[in-house]
Formats: sequence, C-alpha cells, structure tokens
Amino acid sequence: MGFFLEVLIGGLLGGVLYALVALGFVLIFKASGILNFAQGAMVFAAGLGFAAAMEKTSAHMPFALALATSLLLATGMMLLTAWAIERFVLRPLVNQNGLTLFMATIGVAFMVEGLAQQIFGNNIRRIDVGLPKTSMFILESQFDGGILVNALDLWTAVIAALLVVALSLFFQNTRTGRALRAVADDHTAAQSVGIPLNWIWFIVWSIAGGVALVAAIVWGSKIGVQFALTFVALKALPVLIVGGLTSIPGAIVAGLLVGMGEKFAEVYLGPSLGGGIEQWFAYVLALFVLLVRPQGLFGERIIERI
Amino acid sequence: MIYSDEGQLKTTYAADMVIFPLAQDRTLFAILMLLAFVGIPALALAGIPPFHADYIFKAILTPFLILSLAALGLNILVGYCGQISLGAGAFMAVGAYAAFNFASRIPELPVLIAILLGGGVAAAVGVCFGVPSLRIKGLYLAVATLAAQFFFDWLFLRVRWFTQDSPSGSVSAPKLNVFGWHADSAVERYLLVLSIIVVLAALAKNLVRSDIGRQWMAVRDMDLAAEIIGIRPVRAKLTAFAVSSFIIGVAGALWAFVNLGSWEPSTFSIDRSLQILFMVIVGGLGSILGCFLGAAFVLLLPIMLDIVPGALGMPLSTDTVSNMTMFLFGALIVFFLVVEPHGLARLWVILKEKLKIWPFPY
Repeated sequence: MGFFLEVLIGGLLGGVLYALVALGFVLIFKASGILNFAQGAMVFAAGLGFAAAMEKTSAHMPFALALATSLLLATGMMLLTAWAIERFVLRPLVNQNGLTLFMATIGVAFMVEGLAQQIFGNNIRRIDVGLPKTSMFILESQFDGGILVNALDLWTAVIAALLVVALSLFFQNTRTGRALRAVADDHTAAQSVGIPLNWIWFIVWSIAGGVALVAAIVWGSKIGVQFALTFVALKALPVLIVGGLTSIPGAIVAGLLVGMGEKFAEVYLGPSLGGGIEQWFAYVLALFVLLVRPQGLFGERIIERI
Repeated sequence: MIYSDEGQLKTTYAADMVIFPLAQDRTLFAILMLLAFVGIPALALAGIPPFHADYIFKAILTPFLILSLAALGLNILVGYCGQISLGAGAFMAVGAYAAFNFASRIPELPVLIAILLGGGVAAAVGVCFGVPSLRIKGLYLAVATLAAQFFFDWLFLRVRWFTQDSPSGSVSAPKLNVFGWHADSAVERYLLVLSIIVVLAALAKNLVRSDIGRQWMAVRDMDLAAEIIGIRPVRAKLTAFAVSSFIIGVAGALWAFVNLGSWEPSTFSIDRSLQILFMVIVGGLGSILGCFLGAAFVLLLPIMLDIVPGALGMPLSTDTVSNMTMFLFGALIVFFLVVEPHGLARLWVILKEKLKIWPFPY
C-alpha cells in the first residue's frame, strides 16, 4: 500500500509538470484557435534565457536581486518573442485555416530552437532558484518506512496551483480577461465591438510565454535546461487531447491523470512489456480518448457548420 | 514563343488526357529521364567530376530520391487528402523493419519483393492508425499520428522479436540481390532506387488523376460536402492512408537497405517525420513535382550552408551550422506559408505561364 501511494503521488506530481506546459497550449488555443507546436520551444528558450541571465548576474549581485533581474530579463525576452510571432507570423496568416497555422507554429518552433541555441549555446544549463531539493518521508506513522516525496515536486505543485488561480482570476475578473474570452468565442464579433485583435493576440502569446517561463524554471530545476525539454513539451499534446483543447481545468486534471497513468503503467505493466512505455503511454491514451470522446473530458462539443 | 501550344491540336480523348499535354514538356521530361538513367551513370563511368566520386551518389542523389519518395507518400495523405500526419517516420520504420524481417526470415525471398512487402505491412499499419481519422480531423489527427510515431520508436527499440535480439535495435540489411543482379556499387544502387521511384511516381501521378484521387481531393476540400455528393469518406480516407503508407514504407525500406545498410530505430525518429513534412510544405501541398523540389531543397540547404561560408572564407562551427539550418528551416516554412502556400511547385507553374507568352508581355 505504501508503495502504491508512493507511485501515485510521484505520478501526480510529475503530472503537474505536464499540466503546466499544457496550460500554455490551452491559453493560446482558446484565444486564437491555434494549436501552438512552438510551446515546447518557448519553454526551452525561456529556460535557456533565464539560466544564462542567472549565470551572468549572480556573479555580481546578491542572490535575491540576481533572481529578480533574471526573471525580468527572461520575461522581457518572452514578450519580445510574443511580439515577433504576432507581428511576423500570425498577422500575415490571419484568416488561414487551422492546419496552415499549425504548420506555421512548427516553423516557429524550429526558429526559436535554432536561435535560442545560437545565442545561449548548446550546453545543458542548471537552474537553481533556491527551491529545496531534499527528499522526505511523510506518513511514517501509517506505513512502514513512510512515503518518499521530493520537496521540489511539492513546491512545483504549489506554484502550479497559484498560477492556475491567478490565471482564472485574470480571465474572469479583469477587463482584458473578458476581452480574451470574447475573442475566443468569436474573432469577428469581438472585433466589431471594438476589441483590438492584434493586441489581444500579443497578450495571449505573452501570457503563454510567461507560463512557459514558469514551466522552464520548474523543469529546469528538476532536469536542467536541455534540448530534451522540447520533447517533454510534446507530451503536453496528448494531455491536451485528454483534457479537451479549450478547458483550463481540463488541462490540469488531464495532466494529473496522464502523469499518474504513465507511472502506474510503467511500474505495473512495464516489466512485462519490456519497460520504457512512459514514452508512448500518454499518446495511446489520447488515441483512445479521441475515439470515444473526440472533444476530450472537459472540452466543448465540436460542432461543424457549413 | 518557344513554349506555346500553338499547332498542337488534340484529336482524340486519349490525347486530351495525357500527363504532359505539351510537346515541349514531353521532350523536356524525356531528356531528364535520359540524363538520370544514362547521362549520370555514363559521367560516373567516364570519371568526370563531380560524378567520378561515390560521394555525390551516396550523400546526395540516392538520399534525395528516397526522401522524395517518402515526401510523395506523405503528400498523398496531407496534400491530396488533407489528413495531416506527423508519423511519416514511424511508417518508414515499419517498412524498413518489416522488409528486414521478411528478408532475413525467408532467405530465398528476393530483396525487391521483401521491400515491397515491407511497404505492404506499412500500408496495413497505416490503415490501422488511419481509423481515428474517421472521427477526428485536423489538429486532433496530428496528435493521433504522433502516437504512431512514439509507439513505433519504442516498439523497435524494446521488443526484441522485430530486431531479432540485436541490442539497441540496430540491424543490418541483407545483400541487395535483385533477380540475380547485385547492386553493390554506389551507381548501381542509385539506378535501382531511380527505377523504383520512377515506377511509383508514375503510379502515384496516375492515381491522383483517377477517380480515387478526385475523391481524396473532394474530402480534402470539404468532407461534409464530399459525403453529400456520394463519396464515401471511409473509403477515401482509408485508401489515402493505405497508399500513402505503402509508398512511405517502401521509402523507409529503401532508406534502410540501400542508403544506410545498417540502421537503428532513431533513424526514423520524429525529426525524420518533420523533415518529410517540411519537404511536402516547401515543395508544394498537392503536387507530385513539388515532392522532388521540396526534397532537393531540404536536403541541399544544410549542405549549402556547410559549403558556402567556408568557400567565402568565413568558416562556421558545426554548432552554428546546425543552429542556423534549424532557424532557416523554420523561417522558410513560415515564409512559404505566408507568401506562397502552394510551395515551389507553384513557382514552377507561374514560370511556365510566363514562358508561354515570352518574349511578349501578354
């Protein structure tokens, strides 16, 4: 039982990381109907930028100040990226169908990855923002030996929860948030009541960039900033499908489900199948969800108009 | 006026249906074929640079032809039937490993048959992974095909039966013995690949002009409307998946058997899938010619980036080259989508239109 719970908690906490990346996808999809393949590249670029800034600044100033400066610099970089994407990719492609836009974001992913590596180098960088990394045992009274939990993972969960609360408050209660929801409902109608579409898209991509930065810091603290991050981010795609492309709670729940399912599959099915099924479990799960319920667990029903 | 169709009157229905309606096009194509089949091997035999070295065959011509074939397969699915797929690499892997298993488990089987059987297995697998396309489309389907990509990456790495217990899934192709003819030298291999590709490309070209090709295009343009005018989407989509996967599977088997000789699953990773998708986009969605143009472009760009700065006296480090290649790829994808969504093939068509009235302005 103790082992079962340990796998469960490990899976859930791993799932939080997927949920963080998936959140960025959902935000952009909701506001512009684009499935942003470049989200992984943005996580990677944000991580590289942040780590490079940390390395440069922490030599000259105290830790807290260096952290703040690096955060500011990395945020600025993501804002610039968001602006460039909106200006040079999305604006000329307005009114194209979803497939074209999706392929354009694949192109953007390659550009961002290539440029980020060119500027910041190809080395693996460590990120240390002072989050505790100790492992601890909890519930030792109930189970023999307790359950092993990593403090970093717990912090991640707290950060993710805060982020989701902040985003939902922003979407529900601010003027810009309302505008975002209006654009998500209907571009043309939103534009006709005077909502500036280009500005809204810039905001959305900036928020997605911000989420990417948070995800990058968390992932980077865990496994370091490396090219493999872009593949981890690809795993957010099945998370999206399971949760539904338009639902923020869906992204969170699906992230947890996928993280958990992956760990259980690896631990209990892995030995009989040869191990490493973590690689594809999420995708095959998404495939089955698509067959049974194409809109995902929490997504809006897909209605087709002619 | 060298390229005009004046005086070329069509007197039969057959003449109206030919692939190249213009006599000039036919001549051009014949010259091209003659050059590819006779000219280049002759230059190689005569030892005239740059064809005297194996390099040009091994590193440029053969990979170009095989990747064109893979792009052709993917174009049928994405460009003609409108079903986006990010799993081309997986189907190449299926073709390669299936052909390997056929060839090594049934030694008396001719290699050519094994390669075609590999394509057949890929077609069957393609149909299985195409089934979700009946319920979903667009972006959702892209994720479904990603499932194929990651599943087969894992399968050929971990399940020993497919690789006959070789560690890390790396296997070697048997000798290329085509009906008693051993294709050993680089030039012979090039000719073998060229023949297969010409046959398959002609087949594909005729297929997309036929009844079934028109059904694919109708489904691509609007599947509901296609269904209403009496096209069965199930049949159209699944045949597109089958034909596309067959061609991609054959390309995968050729890539493994002819180009590499020995390979491991990472050859057919998601990078390969994206590379082939780029060829299709850059070359032109829904164009057979585009596949060849796109493949040439995507294959030659890194080589050019490698050579040109060095020749100009400012050598770049390998890291810089790979990063810049990546960046330029991305930029070109976006550029083509913005400026010319129909790709290089469209530029060729525009050029032909202009050439028709040249040297007059209109």
